[in-house]
Amino acid sequence: MAPKRKAVKLEAESDEAFQELFQPEYRGKKLTDEINTAEDKWNLLPAFLKVKGLVKQHLDSFNYFVDVDLKKIIRANELVLSDVDPEFYLKYLDIRVGHKSSSAPGTKEVILPPHECRLRDLTYSAPIYVDVEYTRGRKIIMHKDLEIGRMPVMLRSNKCILDGINDKQMAKFDECPLDPGGYFVVNGTEKVILVQEQLSKNRIIVEADEKKGIVQASVTSSTHERKSKTYVITKNDKIYLKHNSISEDIPIVIVLKAAGITSDLEILQLVCGSDPQYQDLFVVNFEEAAKLEVFTQQQALNYVGKRVKTIRRAGAAKLSVLQEGIEAIATTVIAHITVADLQFREKALYIATMARRVVMTMHNPKMVDDRDYVGNKRLELAGQLMSLLFEDLFKKFNSDFKANIDKILKKPSRTSEFDALLSINIHSNNITMGLNRAISTGNWSLKRFKMERAGVTHVLSRLSYISALGMMTRISSQFEKSRKVSGPRALQPSQFGMLCTSDTPEGEACGLVKNLALMTHITTDDEEAPIRKLCYVLGCENILGIDSATLHSQGNFGIYLNGTLIGTSRFPSKFVTDFRRLRRTGKISEFVSIYTNTHQTAVHIATDGGRICRPLIIVKNNEPMVKAEHLLKLRQGEWAFDDFLSHGLVEYLDVNEENDSLIALYEKDLDPSQPVTHLEIEPFTVLGAVAGLIPYPHHNQSPRNTYQCAMGKQAIGAIAYNQFRRIDTLLYFMVYPQQPMVKTKTIELIDYDKLPAGQNATVAVMSYSGYDIEDALVLNKSSIDRGFGRCQVVRKNTIQLKRYPNHTKDIVSGMRVDEDGEPIFPHKALGPDGLGEIGARVENGQVYANKFVPTNAGESVLGHNEQMAGAESHREAAAYYKGPEPSYVDQVMMSVSDNDQALIKVLLRQTRRPELGDKFSSRHGQKGVCGIIVQQEDLPFNDDGISPDIIMNPHGFPSRMTVGKMIELISGKAGVLNGSLEYGTCFGGSKLEDMSKILVEKGFSYSGKDMLYSGITGECLQAYIFFGPIYYQKLKHMVLDKMHARARGPRAVLTRQPTEGRSRDGGLRLGEMERDCVIAYGASQLLLERLMISSDAFEVDVCNKCGLMGYNSWCTTCKSFEHVIKMTIPYAAKLLFQELLSMNIAPRLKLGDVF
Amino acid sequence: MSDNNIVGVEYNRVTNTSSTDFPGHQANGDYAWDIEKFKDKFEINISYKTDRTANFDLINIDTAIANAFRRIMISEVPSVAAEAVYMFMNTSVIQDEVLAHRIGLIPLRVDPDKMNWVDKTQSPEDRYTEDNTIVLTLDVVCTKNPHAPKNSTNPKELYRNAHVYARDLKFEPHGKQAELFKDLPVVAADPDILIAKLRPGQEISLRAHCILGVGCDHAKFSPVSTASYRLMPVIDIVEPIRGDSAVRFQKCFPSGVIGINADGEAYVKDARKDTVSREVLRHEEFDGKVKLGRKRDHFIFNVESTGAMAPEEIFFKSLLVLKNKVEYLRNCPIGQ
Repeated sequence: MAPKRKAVKLEAESDEAFQELFQPEYRGKKLTDEINTAEDKWNLLPAFLKVKGLVKQHLDSFNYFVDVDLKKIIRANELVLSDVDPEFYLKYLDIRVGHKSSSAPGTKEVILPPHECRLRDLTYSAPIYVDVEYTRGRKIIMHKDLEIGRMPVMLRSNKCILDGINDKQMAKFDECPLDPGGYFVVNGTEKVILVQEQLSKNRIIVEADEKKGIVQASVTSSTHERKSKTYVITKNDKIYLKHNSISEDIPIVIVLKAAGITSDLEILQLVCGSDPQYQDLFVVNFEEAAKLEVFTQQQALNYVGKRVKTIRRAGAAKLSVLQEGIEAIATTVIAHITVADLQFREKALYIATMARRVVMTMHNPKMVDDRDYVGNKRLELAGQLMSLLFEDLFKKFNSDFKANIDKILKKPSRTSEFDALLSINIHSNNITMGLNRAISTGNWSLKRFKMERAGVTHVLSRLSYISALGMMTRISSQFEKSRKVSGPRALQPSQFGMLCTSDTPEGEACGLVKNLALMTHITTDDEEAPIRKLCYVLGCENILGIDSATLHSQGNFGIYLNGTLIGTSRFPSKFVTDFRRLRRTGKISEFVSIYTNTHQTAVHIATDGGRICRPLIIVKNNEPMVKAEHLLKLRQGEWAFDDFLSHGLVEYLDVNEENDSLIALYEKDLDPSQPVTHLEIEPFTVLGAVAGLIPYPHHNQSPRNTYQCAMGKQAIGAIAYNQFRRIDTLLYFMVYPQQPMVKTKTIELIDYDKLPAGQNATVAVMSYSGYDIEDALVLNKSSIDRGFGRCQVVRKNTIQLKRYPNHTKDIVSGMRVDEDGEPIFPHKALGPDGLGEIGARVENGQVYANKFVPTNAGESVLGHNEQMAGAESHREAAAYYKGPEPSYVDQVMMSVSDNDQALIKVLLRQTRRPELGDKFSSRHGQKGVCGIIVQQEDLPFNDDGISPDIIMNPHGFPSRMTVGKMIELISGKAGVLNGSLEYGTCFGGSKLEDMSKILVEKGFSYSGKDMLYSGITGECLQAYIFFGPIYYQKLKHMVLDKMHARARGPRAVLTRQPTEGRSRDGGLRLGEMERDCVIAYGASQLLLERLMISSDAFEVDVCNKCGLMGYNSWCTTCKSFEHVIKMTIPYAAKLLFQELLSMNIAPRLKLGDVF
Repeated sequence: MSDNNIVGVEYNRVTNTSSTDFPGHQANGDYAWDIEKFKDKFEINISYKTDRTANFDLINIDTAIANAFRRIMISEVPSVAAEAVYMFMNTSVIQDEVLAHRIGLIPLRVDPDKMNWVDKTQSPEDRYTEDNTIVLTLDVVCTKNPHAPKNSTNPKELYRNAHVYARDLKFEPHGKQAELFKDLPVVAADPDILIAKLRPGQEISLRAHCILGVGCDHAKFSPVSTASYRLMPVIDIVEPIRGDSAVRFQKCFPSGVIGINADGEAYVKDARKDTVSREVLRHEEFDGKVKLGRKRDHFIFNVESTGAMAPEEIFFKSLLVLKNKVEYLRNCPIGQ
């Protein structure tokens, strides 16, 4: 046990959540305490989270979008010209979100504070201003700060008013300082754009189908204009290029010739180098080109041009076959490489590289790429998705604008000079509405990419603080859920440290939905051009200047920038070292990664966005660069995390570079015999925020940790500091939440100890009463009386008062009273204003908002009688409360929504004490329902008279193997006795042995097992009972929300059978299996009663002659009364017969006597 | 000391836990129940007694009886607690139900003998009378403190009535109650229980009706925070332990349990102090040298009162309750 352990101080917590981490006396360590680099390097983690935070990736991405990407979009679409008036132009000069060009720096112009937007069902947004230059007549006019729409603002981004304000100001805005932000408020709901995982763009991926003998190299080219995929594929051992807009596969040699490499020798050099084995494999391809008699570039281009699928827009000139060919090679194939002045060489080299990768894979099938490798994946964040959407809307906006001015300019005579600005404002709603609609529905449909994605956004789950936080770190995969491939779902070794190894849902989305680990960063796009220049400075030979023969010569490494070959180097390791040195000194962005791939003899440099990376301590000469003095500076507050970066002590590695490094887990693993390059900052950062709540997860069976990750999000607890100010559809609060006795460092870092979801329950692991089988729990009634597991459920009820076109409107009317002047029963909860009084009890069938709608709302405005206006008649349309238990009115809000209609929200609250069947769970994936509630005097007690809050059956342990739970109990017990909070951090935490020693010191058994007395007989129990505190969570599944039974009730209209489901007061189905049982038992009369008499019995008239149904004892087919017999059949059967009849099938009933 | 009376505390189990069906009987000899004999053997030793805690030994009594006292003290000795809370105003952040729950759990210093039981058969309107109901009021308004020290961030200094405590609950005597509770007005047993925190402009105004109840109905009516017993530990050193081993042996027990005499031999100084941590059984060194046990008919009771009554009074009341039960059983027609 650490000697510096001390009792937790119960002083008022400081305002700044993170400030505490840098207090002179921090977690029992004083400034003067000696620094042990091996142990204290974890201080880098809070420092990292201080600058980055858990949702920083969302914020960074959004900030990049509004600050950089928007400007790029504007530049790409800057001109609007008129087809009618060649003189006219409008040019966008600049774009800003949230502030005018004239406003003071730091202005954040948003509509209203976010919380007000939430309450009033508004969108939290900021105006988008553009500066334009356009012609009016002969004059050129500049116009600044023209609003073209409103941009939804991500909370806590740099356009948000919450950015950079302190906790006190946060409180003024009714915001929780611990809320991570990173979501949008659209129409009053909080929407998150989940991180999307996809295969990286503009990179070559080589795959092989060994059964079919196919090797293919593919690249998805993505530019602002379009997205297309190019393949280089083998067919009968010959290599072809395949592209969607080329109708047939083109032999690779012809493509290369079309791209200007006409010499066969050069083609061979570019693809195979001097390797005879590769040459043998490739040589067949020349024959094909020769057979087709394609020798020159022109022939090749003609060959390609003939096969291009032409989609011509009306009005564009028809191109010749040669031009088509040039167009195809220049812009269609591998679109992300731009061709200027018909300089095809770069593109030719790219295609040759693809062909070379195919040849290499043909030679050695192990050279394929792994699709599931995290280094081949990119994460798409809110900013990127927003930018796609905005560009689409902006283009639409411009084309609408153009159509509009064309219409006006066409008119030959105009009274006044035409001002384009007058018509630009008409469309400003399109951008606003488009953005709002996409975020609120989650449908991203972009015509230009043929993208049609649903479910991009999700409503932020506010079940508990953890569920909201867990949602912000979630990553969804584009991979289809229905396909049965295990690869994408499997745990990839390369996700170590980047993606949480435990946190994934069970069931269909298992392994496809992932979560970020604690210490990760997702890159944004970086400029490529300066890096390219730098490479040439560092001794990379420009690809355009290299002779083809030397390109693949021995020891020559290709240098690839974002997947494109830009040059070669003979000294790759020197190049890489130099490059890294520059990065470590901060000369280039810390997020640019570089690594060597010896198999491909290539050096890859990546600057693109969406790569996951994480910081690591640099090791030089077997010594970590971070020394005690640095950590001291950090502790004293002189240094922040960025100082470690700029001093070259810590650097970010992305997955590819990480796999090229040798990373020591602990300082003790620094081995002089191995060239260790980096040192891990903290091992527990392999887990994410949600898995970080589990104490001693490294002692648990791994699925248990995964289960807990799912359940931690369902736990009822504190939601945010502003939880009582929120009006959400459904919220759960715990009345007395406690921070766990056994914490983890992650818990402190994510402030779970400030917004906990659970209570420390004293648990006895023993059998009791038999009501604890199958994981059921025994609860102590006195504990419940004293507030254990008590929670509140608040539900929002929205009432809108509409206005109708005929000037009538909905009203709220006062209560009705009986003859004694007392309000009638349904109106008991109402106040004089017709709305529920705060604190009033609302029972089943009572009204909480006495709304009336006009009876003549449908009448037209024209038929409106003047005299009728005063005497509008209304009809009651009150909101009734329905529920098995009464609620209390918590809050009533009246407001006006943005379409000028009155908006009333009534918040109803229930306080619930645990009851039989409520679900509880520990933090180890051990869930159970309450099986019985026992009086305290009946429960066992120990020498001190302590009786357990919960009794858990020991059968829960052997098969689940949740050893962590046992250690949590012992650490918790030691903490209780010692007056300290213990740690159960992953790969660390308080040691079991130390904890057991504390137990012995305090007079308890070493094993944590106590001698208990039976509460019923008063005698000692014959076994020692494992007894101590375990943190228990109450889950949101409560009996009150699920209980359902019915004797009689509504029936479905069509089948006349009882309705289905609790919400419709449905019947309980006697299904096939139950039916089988009844048949097997022989209770046929019961079956008849259940299936027909109590369900949809119906009397029909059947004609025994024709077998069809008649009515009124009359057979319509036979036109007689003679053979008609009355009988009872299920209405559904009658319906089936009639439906069959309508399809020209005559089901005829043949009747016979049974007895 | 007969072995028959000792619960064996072994390394991984407890042996000989249950008493016989004939309390006080043993296989050999004549142990027929005899009240005189019981009177002679039964002992009560009081270790200490404060106004909140009592610690006493009951010796030579059957487990069932001792356990009955414990159970009755927890759940059947009546005490007074708030049952119905009438809210007139509550603008604090604490919801009405939670506030009422908190007030209900506050132990009140009321002599339950001065109260009558509420008659549940009567209609709710005239169920509560001055004989069975005590009314407590709580009226607090939080205001800004105009004389707050500058730069203070402490809400207690900045505002008046920022914290509402149990002492703010005021007794409102009705009818004869003023006379009845003249000597000992009704107050919260612990005045410093925090009920709610307020900020300027917030207000709580309520009446709490307190009635007599029992712990088995709700834990708030339980007069004890805990009432329990433990059995007297027995340490039997079978083989002498000497020297360094004795020191180590001593360390296996809480201080004061084992003494070492002049010869360096360990002896049992005070077994009562032992917490029976069974640490000694973990060490091979003492294997077979010591036997742990607990005396089955020696109960060390510990009664912690919530403050409504003195702990000894609670125990006496439990006797009365038990007596009434016996009386009732005796009058039952069954078995006659």
